[in-house]
Amino acid sequence: MLRGILMRLSQAVPVLLIFSVMVFMLMHLLPGDPALAIAGPDATPEAVQAIRQQLGLDRPLPIQLLEWFAHIAVGNFGESITLKQSVVSAVVERLPVTLSLSLVSLIVTLPIGIGLGVVAAYWRNSWIDAFVMVLALLGVSLPGFWVGILSVLYFSVQLGWFPPSGYVPLTEGGFWPWFASLIQPAIVLALFQIGFLARITRSAMLDVLDQDFIRTARAKGVDEWTTIAKHAFRNTLIPVVTVLGITLSLLVGGSVVIEQVFALPGIGRLIVQGILNRDYPLVQGTMLLFGFAFVLINILVDIIYTFVDPRVRYG
Amino acid sequence: MAESAATILASGEAIAARRRFRVLRKLLHHRSFMVGFIIVLLMVIAALCAPLTGVDPNAMRVRMRFRPPQETWWFGTDQFGRDLFTRVLYGAQLSLWIGLSVAVLSGVVGAAIGVLSAQYRKLDSLLMRIMDALMAAPAILLAIGLGAALGPQTHSVIIALAVAYIPRTARIVRASALVTRELEFIEAARVSGASNMRIMFKHLLPNATGPLLVQSTFVFAYAILAEAALSFLGIGPPPPAPSWGNIIAEGRQFAVQAWWIMLFPGFAISLAALGMNLLGDGLRDVLDPRLKVES
Repeated sequence: MLRGILMRLSQAVPVLLIFSVMVFMLMHLLPGDPALAIAGPDATPEAVQAIRQQLGLDRPLPIQLLEWFAHIAVGNFGESITLKQSVVSAVVERLPVTLSLSLVSLIVTLPIGIGLGVVAAYWRNSWIDAFVMVLALLGVSLPGFWVGILSVLYFSVQLGWFPPSGYVPLTEGGFWPWFASLIQPAIVLALFQIGFLARITRSAMLDVLDQDFIRTARAKGVDEWTTIAKHAFRNTLIPVVTVLGITLSLLVGGSVVIEQVFALPGIGRLIVQGILNRDYPLVQGTMLLFGFAFVLINILVDIIYTFVDPRVRYG
Repeated sequence: MAESAATILASGEAIAARRRFRVLRKLLHHRSFMVGFIIVLLMVIAALCAPLTGVDPNAMRVRMRFRPPQETWWFGTDQFGRDLFTRVLYGAQLSLWIGLSVAVLSGVVGAAIGVLSAQYRKLDSLLMRIMDALMAAPAILLAIGLGAALGPQTHSVIIALAVAYIPRTARIVRASALVTRELEFIEAARVSGASNMRIMFKHLLPNATGPLLVQSTFVFAYAILAEAALSFLGIGPPPPAPSWGNIIAEGRQFAVQAWWIMLFPGFAISLAALGMNLLGDGLRDVLDPRLKVES
């Protein structure tokens, strides 16, 4: 068990190295002189030179790369030009918003997505199945930000049920204002994940329902509820846990866009502001942190997997 | 040795031809495939017929600003008095072109990487670590970063999205090629003197066509949605040339007084993504029933 975890961690090292080099190269993809691009068209030559020096762009590329690694190794993910603070502190400041949004959205997604998939599989080829699958298909086909804008127009502007935008921290307004500021974006964000998860759960459940042990359970007179809940559902969870990493990745990726619709001051908004202000060190550093976080999350998912599926643990 | 290597190869090709015919017939009888196919076909026709409206999609008419949908303006007009119906039709050209380019580009590169890493074990670990690294950040985030670095242009959107979706395609092709590699007819090809190149492109790749096609269809759908999201964030294809995404992005600030500006392109995006997803579901059912939905 421990050996498995250590091995998984050691596999992550080259991935992180390659990812760091890719993010490093991002700034050098900029057409022309990156310092000029960051400074903008109206900058004086002195300002451009200052940026070049500040970011070390005047040094040879290999030296820059080594410095990049040296900084990452001590947890320095760069300095934002516009915010005048380190990327890590800028991200940490905004992390609660993105985490809150993702968490509420995940809580909405999991029961509904998995539930819909199970229901569709159990009543397969009935009108219930067809109805659920059309819903799931709409979930993965509608652009989330568009649904978000329409939802604000109707539920916030027209009906006034929810605040149209903004975020109320948990520590400032307490639970309900916090929840009210998040529930609408969280549901909009959940739509894609619900559709995605329902489709996967359905096909996983269909696989399980065709297995011999389900027929055996029914034949020996186990009641239907126990057959489904204990035998079928638990085995359905195995492939569903496999896509948990993808679901989280979709969730955080989606929140980058949704934060923009609802003006939530999270990490997504940080990145987009960084792009608009040509603050490339900020964009790079944030992407780097995201990548590192996801490599760790995926390792975590693999570990959870070994608990759900004993075959992996003992095999 | 009852069968020679040549007979096994020859019978394999005959079986393949018969299977192609059967697959086509199954697809024609598959409901969601046909519905998706018709939706996509109609959208392509609509995109190609855009010039038939005889209206310039970028012509501004200051006195006709913010006209709601009516007889002359089917989808209404926008903040510059441009006809939205024409813009949505022309937008279909750009959005479908981006979707197609991303699907083809990520399909070709992904297939090459997948087959190479299945055939050459030494390349495998390097290529797969690179793919893992590309998948470290959420796909849309990677595309945002790349798109921002390459600048707001149509071709940079295509490159950014293709790179974001290559790793998934590569993995799927590799998985399929790894299974094929162990089959008897590959051994037969090898003893009859086939080169690595021939094995990769004549045997491994054709046998991965099913999963590859299914994946590329879904990538097409994702790319249409992602193009819109990138445009919304300001890194899509630049105005004034209309894409579904940038019409919504431009119309967003007028959403309260002129809801129609962003309503219709959004419907178009949803319909196109829906059509491609239905098409993909049908292809998956027929070509590769064991493949799960993968992002």
